[in-house]
Amino acid sequence: MTSLGAATQLLEMICAAIAAPAFLGWVNQCRAWLQNRSAPSLLQPYYGLSKLFRKDAVLAESASPLFRVAPYVVFGAMVVAAAIIPSMGTGLPLSMAADGIALVGLLATARVFLSLAAMDVGTAFGTLGARREMMVGFLAEPALLMVLFVAAMISKTTSLPLIAEGLATRSIGLYPSLAFTAVAFLLVLLAENARIPVDNPATHLELTMIHEAMLLEYSARHLALMEWGSALKLLNYACIGFALFVPWGTSTEAAGPAGLLLAVPLLVLKLGFAGVGLALIETLSAKLRVFRAPEFLATAFLLAVLGLLVHLLLGT
Amino acid sequence: MEVLLLLASPLAGAVLLGLYGSRRWAPELNAFFSFTTFAAACALTARVIASGPVLVAREQLFIDPFNVFLVALTALIGLTTALFSRPYMRVEAEHGRLGHGRLRLYHSMYQLFTATMLLALTTNNLGLLWVAMEAATLSTVLLVTLYRTPASLEAGWKYFILCGVGIAQALFGTILLYFAAERVLGAEGVTALLWTHLNVVKAQLEPTVLSLAFVFLLVGYGTKVGLAPLHNWLPDAHAEGPTPISAVLSGLLLNVAIYAIVRCKVLVEGSLRSTLPSQMLMGFGLLSVILAAFFLWRQRDIKRLFAYSSIEHMGIITFAFGMGGAVANFAALLHMTVHSLTKSAIFFAVGHAAQKSGSQLIENIRGLITVSPTIGWGLMLGTLAILGLPPFGVFASEFLILTTAMKQQPWATPLLLLALGVAFAAIFGKVQPMVFGETNVRRLPHAPALLPVFLHLAIVLMLGVFIPPYLAGWYRDAARLIGGP
Amino acid sequence: MTALSIDLQLLNACATLLLLLSFAMLAQRRIVSLVNLLALQGALLLAATLLLAWRTGEVHLYLSALLTLALKVVGLPWLLHRLIRRLNVYWDAEPAINPSATMLLGLLIVVFSFGLAQPISALASTATRSTLGIAIAVILLAFLTMITRRKAMSQVVAFLSMENGLFFGAMSATYGMPMVVELGVALDVLVAVLVLGVFFFQIREQFDSLDLHHLESLREGD
Repeated sequence: MTSLGAATQLLEMICAAIAAPAFLGWVNQCRAWLQNRSAPSLLQPYYGLSKLFRKDAVLAESASPLFRVAPYVVFGAMVVAAAIIPSMGTGLPLSMAADGIALVGLLATARVFLSLAAMDVGTAFGTLGARREMMVGFLAEPALLMVLFVAAMISKTTSLPLIAEGLATRSIGLYPSLAFTAVAFLLVLLAENARIPVDNPATHLELTMIHEAMLLEYSARHLALMEWGSALKLLNYACIGFALFVPWGTSTEAAGPAGLLLAVPLLVLKLGFAGVGLALIETLSAKLRVFRAPEFLATAFLLAVLGLLVHLLLGT
Repeated sequence: MEVLLLLASPLAGAVLLGLYGSRRWAPELNAFFSFTTFAAACALTARVIASGPVLVAREQLFIDPFNVFLVALTALIGLTTALFSRPYMRVEAEHGRLGHGRLRLYHSMYQLFTATMLLALTTNNLGLLWVAMEAATLSTVLLVTLYRTPASLEAGWKYFILCGVGIAQALFGTILLYFAAERVLGAEGVTALLWTHLNVVKAQLEPTVLSLAFVFLLVGYGTKVGLAPLHNWLPDAHAEGPTPISAVLSGLLLNVAIYAIVRCKVLVEGSLRSTLPSQMLMGFGLLSVILAAFFLWRQRDIKRLFAYSSIEHMGIITFAFGMGGAVANFAALLHMTVHSLTKSAIFFAVGHAAQKSGSQLIENIRGLITVSPTIGWGLMLGTLAILGLPPFGVFASEFLILTTAMKQQPWATPLLLLALGVAFAAIFGKVQPMVFGETNVRRLPHAPALLPVFLHLAIVLMLGVFIPPYLAGWYRDAARLIGGP
Repeated sequence: MTALSIDLQLLNACATLLLLLSFAMLAQRRIVSLVNLLALQGALLLAATLLLAWRTGEVHLYLSALLTLALKVVGLPWLLHRLIRRLNVYWDAEPAINPSATMLLGLLIVVFSFGLAQPISALASTATRSTLGIAIAVILLAFLTMITRRKAMSQVVAFLSMENGLFFGAMSATYGMPMVVELGVALDVLVAVLVLGVFFFQIREQFDSLDLHHLESLREGD
């Protein structure tokens, strides 16, 4: 039992780290098709990363140790987060120690280090990016917490695997509260992963960029870790979404290794659909002005809280 | 039978006057319908005196000592106001302020307004009471904006929106009341909103729901009464509409709204067995009295001045109903009667005065006593009456209320006395120069017919000196019915 | 977790959508869209009434559904659209007044109304008792919409939305009011809109606009 659990957790961690760039590549590919461009290869992000790893790192003169440590912290946080999200199986031994709130904390840690590092060198763009990131974060984080709370209240636990299990085995029905939170979660996902309409991952347009502005001073392996980290973050968010809103197909403890074997292709299938959906949203929507981003996130927060209240009122 | 005639007469009038309301004889037709309504009210009153409460139309209509005198009062003032509006509207039409369409609208809506108020008073169904109150608002909104001046449009809009929102709260209160009643009276929903049935089972109604319902009902109907702080619409609507409408708004509509509150209070008090409704009524009442008294100082428009005075008196009445008990209820009912009569008389006099001077501003109206002695004396006597000077009826009712307050709520007495004093100084100080001040306007060639003014003041005077035994009997019965802590 | 029957689930879904629509109305700036949202609200109310009628088998609910269809889904929106065309305010929109703060205030209102409904719902015996809180929230949110608007037309739409909330409240608490009252209320609402139509033309004739800041000259003491 424990050995299987430990194996699942390890597998999740490694698979996520390996598959994250591919997922990003898939989204980019879909986007290109939708926009009538010839698509880059699915493996393009890997080529980019390997190129960066081979280069020599250049650091700004004023960079403090924090600047050098940040990429490792960010990447590490994302990998650990991948381990505690029940993406393949729910029998995770570490879930006793790390529940949904800890997950949000991990994501926040990564954000704090990213922003601090961006301000560390003292360039104008880094500070601008960091401030914008915080503006997004201060609204997205409570919204994400609210989303988790709704799921937690439905299954009466904050442990993510138990939530996923509870939601997967509940009676079929209409859950208005979950519908609200699903939309809220989608909005948070777009904002947190620097996707359109909040940020555009494909440009370095200085007036609007948020995420890219923070990475301008990084190079080589540091940059590679940061980009890998953000690809992981996208994958993690997608997996959180699956755990909360499409929890079917995740292997339970009782199912044993066979269940896990079934869960992996299912996860790939879900990720495939998610990538298409994400690309579709990004193609169909227009980028918001940066100052409209709080409104966008306030809507997410509003929906999440409404979901919570409706759940409290109706018990569904 | 009388009840149906009572409601049918103004309705028929509304239809006919909607068609012919701009003819030369339309004001007479208007007065005729008001007269038949009054006759029906008298017949109904006689019947209630002879044989007690009446319940007709599948229990939907109900007349008991509490509402029968209000029906009679409404019909009477409806008639005298129709008489007053006869020359008033002629003059307005001659001055070209009103065209044919608007005269039709005015006459038709006047009758419709009377009908809705009578329906609100006589209905036994609390839901229909709401419908009638809302209909009363709607029928008067277009009357307030009759002159289409910017100020009147603003007043009409405020009136509509504030009363609309307010009355929506009352509907929610009614829903809650129905909800509580349904649990006791059964789900058929046929009897669960009928006041007579509710009154029987009021002790079994759920107290939590009823206290919540009462809050909504008080806020809702209280907006229509003009209780502070929901009074904003009242001065505007009174000042900007035609004067006959100010008279009926002040004299009648406010009474009907108070009637609705008191009917609900009886039920809620029976269920709660606590003093919460009383305290809320006293609080709102006292606040209105004080606020209105101080706002009186700042008024420059004569109709606004008396509109604020109406808020003050509504506050006094609400306070008295809040104190409850035989004497306070008696005094409140008496005060409702004399206030309606006096205030409409004042508005008649003010209407003529403003029409003569072509302005409603106090500073533009001077020396009425030389210009037209009847108007001058009418306004002066009416003012003295409304300020509570003996021997007018207002003195009697206010005296009763004050003495009861001294006994039951000693803390409130100084506040009431202070407010009354402030109001006295403010109104008297402003009206005195209007009547006796210097003027260079020539004396009017003819005196206007002010029969309604002096008729009302005579009744008020009589009520101050001597209350006929059957009237006192009603008041006592009604006061017992309303009860109190 | 207890499973609710499918019609009750649909009812709850209708209720939550009504709540969401209230927020949409709170945020919507364009007057035409506001009217469309009102029509949608009416349609949801109709769906809820029909579901409830089917569930309880009460005839008067079918009648009131018919009333809703005639008045709230077709009648009033049609009237308002006509007014918008006649008054030529098709492209009118409100300036936004701090939308985020308004939304947060709206959330607080929802919390307050759910709390307010708690003791009443606990006593109710209807299957829909839990939606009473939503009804109160719809009423109060409409009230908030009304306060934050400066255009006469949007205030009226908010007013009608408040009436929809009241109707929904009556339905959740007691399966609707007696028919005679419901008819009376419907008549009042219809007349109110007609009166307001006349009123709009008067306001426009006088001010050349439906903006309510023209209507702020009457002050205390003037």
